[in-house]
Amino acid sequence: MTEEPINDAEAAEEAPEAPPRPLPDHPILAGLLEQFDTVEWRLSSGQDTAVVPKSQLRDFALAARRAGFEMLVDLTAVDYLRVRKIRFEVVVGLLSLQHNIRLRLRVPVPAGEPGDDPTVPSLVPVYPGANFFERETFDMFGIIFEDHPDLTRILLPDDWVGHPLRKDFAVGAVPVQFKSSPQVT
Amino acid sequence: MAEDTRPTKPAREHRDVWITAEEAPDWMSHSTDEGAQTMRLDESQQRLVEQMGVRVDDDYVLDDQISEDERMIINMGPQHPSTHGVMRLQIELEGEIVRRVKPIIGYLHTGMEKTGESLMYMQGGTNVTRMDYIAPLFNELVFALATEKLLEVEIPPRAQAIRILMTELNRVASHLVSLATQGMDVGALSMMLYGFRERELILAFFEKTTGLRMNHNYIRVGGVAADLPDGWEEDIAEIVEKIPVGVADYEDLLKSNPIWEGRTRGVGVISAEECLAYGITGPPLRATGVDLDLRKSQPYSGIEQYEFDVAVGSNGDVYDRYRIRVQEILQSLRIVHQVANRMPAGDYRTDDRKVTPPPRKRIDESMEALIHHFKLFTEGFKVPEGEAYVAIESPRGEIGCYIVSDGSAKPYRMHIRAPSFANLQGLPIMLADSLVADSVATIASVDAVMGDVDR
Repeated sequence: MTEEPINDAEAAEEAPEAPPRPLPDHPILAGLLEQFDTVEWRLSSGQDTAVVPKSQLRDFALAARRAGFEMLVDLTAVDYLRVRKIRFEVVVGLLSLQHNIRLRLRVPVPAGEPGDDPTVPSLVPVYPGANFFERETFDMFGIIFEDHPDLTRILLPDDWVGHPLRKDFAVGAVPVQFKSSPQVT
Repeated sequence: MAEDTRPTKPAREHRDVWITAEEAPDWMSHSTDEGAQTMRLDESQQRLVEQMGVRVDDDYVLDDQISEDERMIINMGPQHPSTHGVMRLQIELEGEIVRRVKPIIGYLHTGMEKTGESLMYMQGGTNVTRMDYIAPLFNELVFALATEKLLEVEIPPRAQAIRILMTELNRVASHLVSLATQGMDVGALSMMLYGFRERELILAFFEKTTGLRMNHNYIRVGGVAADLPDGWEEDIAEIVEKIPVGVADYEDLLKSNPIWEGRTRGVGVISAEECLAYGITGPPLRATGVDLDLRKSQPYSGIEQYEFDVAVGSNGDVYDRYRIRVQEILQSLRIVHQVANRMPAGDYRTDDRKVTPPPRKRIDESMEALIHHFKLFTEGFKVPEGEAYVAIESPRGEIGCYIVSDGSAKPYRMHIRAPSFANLQGLPIMLADSLVADSVATIASVDAVMGDVDR
């Protein structure tokens, strides 16, 4: 199963017990995903998506960069509060210029204990461009990126309380205080 | 110079710039035929010496070991005019040389991604168009494309052609603003007037077509808001004819202007590898020689039908970015010309009644049309569950929209990948070890729109 792992009748015969793991058509993607047993490949709206456990995120990102994904174009998160068992999902968009393909990584991140923030390894050592995106995701979701060089708030003021893009952060719940006003309404 | 009898400061490790005749080293006396040339204090320094009673040392030494107090951190912005909005740069200076830069952003943050979660897909366009206010149609297009990807709606060819026509005109307008403000920042004040003069043609056309000069909400899910106005062919012909004349003016003014070249060549350099590592796209990346243009590599809305070239630079400096913008203006006009000549007939929006409201006439005639109209404007249309990321080439680079739908009429999560936000990460690299005066030219060449950065 080195060259063409998809729909290969011989390969399926060799391992009759387990059904063959679904792998993408593109040889570069297939080769990348083959290296990781725990990474699950899905086609989402016709786009290649890999569900990566957070323990393997950095290894996978490093392998992806070596496989030709030069650029991290996007990093954000989604809060699936009361929708999924694992509350957060960090979504990373990778782009390969030489192969002209995209790959989206989806990293489920559990919410952690009460009073404890969710953590995920930082991708800055692999893709330095993740810096601002991880700071924004920390700012908006409160997800801690371990080993990030400067994990501070980027868009909101430093003394802001809460993380607005979480689903339990209500819109308009923050009273605006003006310095000159004697009473706080 | 009379012998200095006053007490001097204790000797410091560094070299004194002011050397008296007694201290002059041997090489000085031999360096000219006229004997020892003693460096003397000029008058103001002399007066200072008299007043203060001590020698004034210019203790800046070009040495690797520089103590902490040689470095100065200054804030540039948030209200500095060259930041084109509200951005603050913490600049660590060593004399006139910038050593480290930290961009501080968020002054324009209005929580648009959070707002987008409480707006229906139909209303989403009004929200995203306010992000990159210089190129609003790209925000609308990428939002519409991401929603359509989830809906799997077919867009009629005329709607696609109108989208390309409008976005390419918007690219021209955006690059004109960039060139105009960059010219102003570097000192070519006429450029400011020229750029806005030509942009006015495009904005007038936008106003005629969409009703607004900015924040159009023109590109909607399923097509566009309205067909092109009567007589649009003449307007486009005028734009395609007049703007290259204006561009020729800029070329006369700037292209081989020694002052302009001196201020921009070799300034704000970034390499291709650094651009890729930091996720920098658009003209800053193409200026380094990487021909990444999503219009070519991952085409959208049928842009692959039209002929155009991707402008690529080689040095990755401010000058190359300026050249790329000038050439992209001409290439975009080339696309506009082709679209106008080949504008397909047909509807300007899809006839899928779940997405587009029925025409006004049908509401009087058909009960079903009335129901569709009512449901559409009260509940909105429901988008199937799923997630999608769509990227297009905005004037600033790759703008992407990531939408997660839970099957309702509002996006569960709407995220815009802003090109300016990523491109700002390159600013510390471009500015490192450059002069303070060059920082203004470099910031202008990145062309970050603060509404896009902060969202």
